[in-house]
Amino acid sequence: MSVAKLPHVAVVGAGPAGLRAVEVLVAGGLNPVLIDEAPRSGGQIYRRPPPGAERPAADLYGFEAAKATALHGLLDRLGDRVRYRPNTLVWSIEGKRLRLLADERFDALEVDAMILATGAMDRVLPFPGWTLPGVFTLGAAQIALKAQGVAIGRRVALIGAGPLLPLVAHQYRKAGAEVVLALDVTAFLPKVIHGFGLLNAPATLAKGLWYMARNVLGGVPMRFGARRLRVEGTDRVEAVVWTDARGREHRVACDAVGASFGLRSEIQLADLAGCRIVFDDLTRQWQPERSPEGRSSVVDVYLAGDGAAIGGADVAELTGARAALTLLADHGRPADAARIDRLDRELARHRRFRRALEAAYPFPGHLLDDLADTETLCRCEGITVGAVRAAARERDVDEINRLKALTRTGMGRCQGRVCGQAAAEILARSRGVPVETVGRLRGNPPVKPIPIEGGL
Amino acid sequence: MGERLDVDVAIVGGGTAACAAAVALRRHGLTVAVLEKRRCGAGASGVNFGGVRQQGRDLRELPLSRRARPLWDGLNALLGEDVEFEATGHIKLARSEADLEFLERYRIDAAACGLELTMMGADAVHAELPWLGEKVLGASLSPTDGQANPRVVGPAFARLARRMGAEVREHTPVEAVAHTGSGFVVTAPGLEVRARRLVNAAGAGSGLVAASFGEAVPLTPLSPNMLVTEPMPYFVSRSIGVCGGDVYVRQVRRGNVVFGGGGGWQDHERGLARPNDAESLGGMKRTLQVVPGLAHARVIRTWSGVDGQMPDAIPVIGPSRTTPDLVHAFGFSGHGFQLGPVIGEIICELLVDGATPSPIEPFAIDRFDGLASAAPADAPVGGSTHTEH
Ligand SMILES: Cc1cc2nc3c(=O)[nH]c(=O)nc-3n(C[C@H](O)[C@H](O)[C@H](O)COP(=O)(O)OP(=O)(O)OC[C@H]3O[C@@H](n4cnc5c(N)ncnc54)[C@H](O)[C@@H]3O)c2cc1C
Ligand SMILES: Cc1cc2nc3c(=O)[nH]c(=O)nc-3n(C[C@H](O)[C@H](O)[C@H](O)COP(=O)(O)OP(=O)(O)OC[C@H]3O[C@@H](n4cnc5c(N)ncnc54)[C@H](O)[C@@H]3O)c2cc1C
Repeated sequence: MSVAKLPHVAVVGAGPAGLRAVEVLVAGGLNPVLIDEAPRSGGQIYRRPPPGAERPAADLYGFEAAKATALHGLLDRLGDRVRYRPNTLVWSIEGKRLRLLADERFDALEVDAMILATGAMDRVLPFPGWTLPGVFTLGAAQIALKAQGVAIGRRVALIGAGPLLPLVAHQYRKAGAEVVLALDVTAFLPKVIHGFGLLNAPATLAKGLWYMARNVLGGVPMRFGARRLRVEGTDRVEAVVWTDARGREHRVACDAVGASFGLRSEIQLADLAGCRIVFDDLTRQWQPERSPEGRSSVVDVYLAGDGAAIGGADVAELTGARAALTLLADHGRPADAARIDRLDRELARHRRFRRALEAAYPFPGHLLDDLADTETLCRCEGITVGAVRAAARERDVDEINRLKALTRTGMGRCQGRVCGQAAAEILARSRGVPVETVGRLRGNPPVKPIPIEGGL
Repeated sequence: MGERLDVDVAIVGGGTAACAAAVALRRHGLTVAVLEKRRCGAGASGVNFGGVRQQGRDLRELPLSRRARPLWDGLNALLGEDVEFEATGHIKLARSEADLEFLERYRIDAAACGLELTMMGADAVHAELPWLGEKVLGASLSPTDGQANPRVVGPAFARLARRMGAEVREHTPVEAVAHTGSGFVVTAPGLEVRARRLVNAAGAGSGLVAASFGEAVPLTPLSPNMLVTEPMPYFVSRSIGVCGGDVYVRQVRRGNVVFGGGGGWQDHERGLARPNDAESLGGMKRTLQVVPGLAHARVIRTWSGVDGQMPDAIPVIGPSRTTPDLVHAFGFSGHGFQLGPVIGEIICELLVDGATPSPIEPFAIDRFDGLASAAPADAPVGGSTHTEH
């Protein structure tokens, strides 16, 4: 690529990763397009209330308030050097052509290069009662608080398997909601064992411990290591029930539940762009291959943030900047070597931290073993866990796309974004094989439903 | 050395045609090996539109299609699972005088082949399908046609074949086929199959097999582009097509509306196809014109698949002209789903009896002798010229 021609670059996702990426691109002399389906920039963690309903950043983002404010102001600072397109879904990528949906109308954009910073969503696993009204994901519970300023209930139980749990518990308590339970379904022990690794990012660890301490001090009961988890209620949530490591059953009354079990990367766009997708043992998920410099396996497609590997908000900012610097260098633009060096050292440290964190919060597969056949797995299509197990047993199904073809699991509105991982785990468990051998759902456009009349 | 198998019949490919053949051959007591590159019924057989249609077929294909039709009524019982076949009827719309004339001529020709079609006037069509958007001048109804779930049919045939004792090998790409003095040697990674007879039913991959026996054919990949909406209240009561084939739409009982639009892209590297966004958008527009009731529907998925296309849009079915004990069945040109079950029987008849009562002369492999084989195209395939499904 010649130095003279300025590459036309799109950044998908205006979360911490995408925002830092456009900042670097602009500093490098480019005029990128920044696309996000959300109405305001900030991404998942720094999600903002709609204009007019603002609350102080310190209330919304706690420790992260300064970072949130910095990121929220970033686009204003960059002005018209960024073409920002909010409310715009990228529903497909063919080569270097992005298919867009904005205001229910189709549009397209041709670029020379792109940075995909599509972030992550809650990892959802079914448990008895998970479809009851009043059950939300942890992320949705947090978004209700950040974007609408409302709690999901008056007596809230939060259930999780990752650092998001103490965080959301803290935020809820701080917002004045009564958190009657914070239940981590994974055991406490690994968190102690892997504490050394967690020391690789002292600030983050301190924050995590602080949140945990605040929760305990603030009267939020933290519990660890749950089996046979279920939510009870007739028309809506009434209680959370679980069995502890010693076999004792516990029951906590509540009127709302926030539950999810870690995060999963939003990989569909990378998949459509042709990026090689590989299995990550630690998180048991399929993720686009990303080099430490932010390259994907496809030339001129770069990856940043939680969309390629879960690292949290701070890492997302770093990988966003890093991928943009790589893009500049690849396109013959001068790159700041000292900054690259600094970023690489920080990222290496975070990677060690991340491995420790994942080890501290192992995938709670035991929840799936506890499930009765009658439990719903795929909500869109109303497919039960039993239907998956039967297909595995009786219809030779040993692969996830075949499971979909024969049972409709993952064939609904969400196309398996919600149930796909649980379905793969249940299938693999039924066959007694490693989960990676059942493969992953093939990606096809659109990444989210699109209106048939969008082209008229 | 890898595994060795000795069978009466080796079948290259694991689509509906291949697996139905395995079932028929097992019924005659022959030992069979089905060798499928990926998964049985995951090729064209598993991803097609699901049209089980006689109407509109090339007249030379109609006798086979007629023979296939009653088999669909018995498939659930045969396979032991619900393939969701429903004789909803197939209506082909005329949007011009020329279309009307064409349909009327076809009706007469089809009647000669035993297929009863009913011409409907404009009023009758709009009375039956009040939701039609475009003014149509009339239509032809084939009441015995319908639709089925393609995702189920192929795999179910493969499982039945296996239950009946066939060696069904998936993830087994055939890399070489040869005729030795004493029979066929078929090689795949880690596997060598010796067979007295060979069936070439490898769909779009059949050209390579045929060429191995000196029978180069102008077979090209065909990849129709498919779309499906989220579930909506059931209203598309018939399977709908139009003269020219640029719109086809049906609704499954679950509520999803399935429709086609142009052709997808070839992914040569993986031997797969992917949908083409521009073609999808075109299909959405055209379908909306015919079925405006879809205006508020959302498309949740698009996809494509690969069938083998012949220049004259009818398949190759019949014995090899160069090699004894070799039977070809491929090149269904976008409409071989309905034929699948009967192709299995015909292959079996050719191998067991040396002949079939079905008129297969038009499908001879040597009908293209002298024609150069066409190169696979990179452009969307099946887009410019519409294929009826
Ligand atoms: C609900 C939720 C809450 C979280 N809370 C925290 C927290 O409190 N602390 C923490 O450290 N981490 C949290 N995380 C983890 C979070 O992923 C990271 O902290 C951080 O937001 C990652 O930044 P990112 O830029 O990679 O992605 P995101 O911040 O997720 O940004 C991605 C953006 O891409 C957009 N996007 C995605 N796909 C498309 C598309 N096809 N077309 C157009 N736009 C698209 C999305 O709208 C989104 O704005 C949370 C995650 C989730 C899902
Ligand atoms: C999108 C689409 C829509 C369609 N709609 C309709 C419709 O509505 N109605 C209708 O009647 N028809 C329709 N068709 C056509 C129909 O699906 C096909 O004609 C029919 O399924 C062909 O069956 P087959 O068994 O010959 O091929 P396939 O199902 O393709 O089977 C061939 C198999 O051979 C395997 N193979 C190839 N090479 C090798 C090798 N070297 N070694 C081992 N295995 C190999 C492939 O993996 C494949 O599984 C459609 C086709 C497509 C693609």
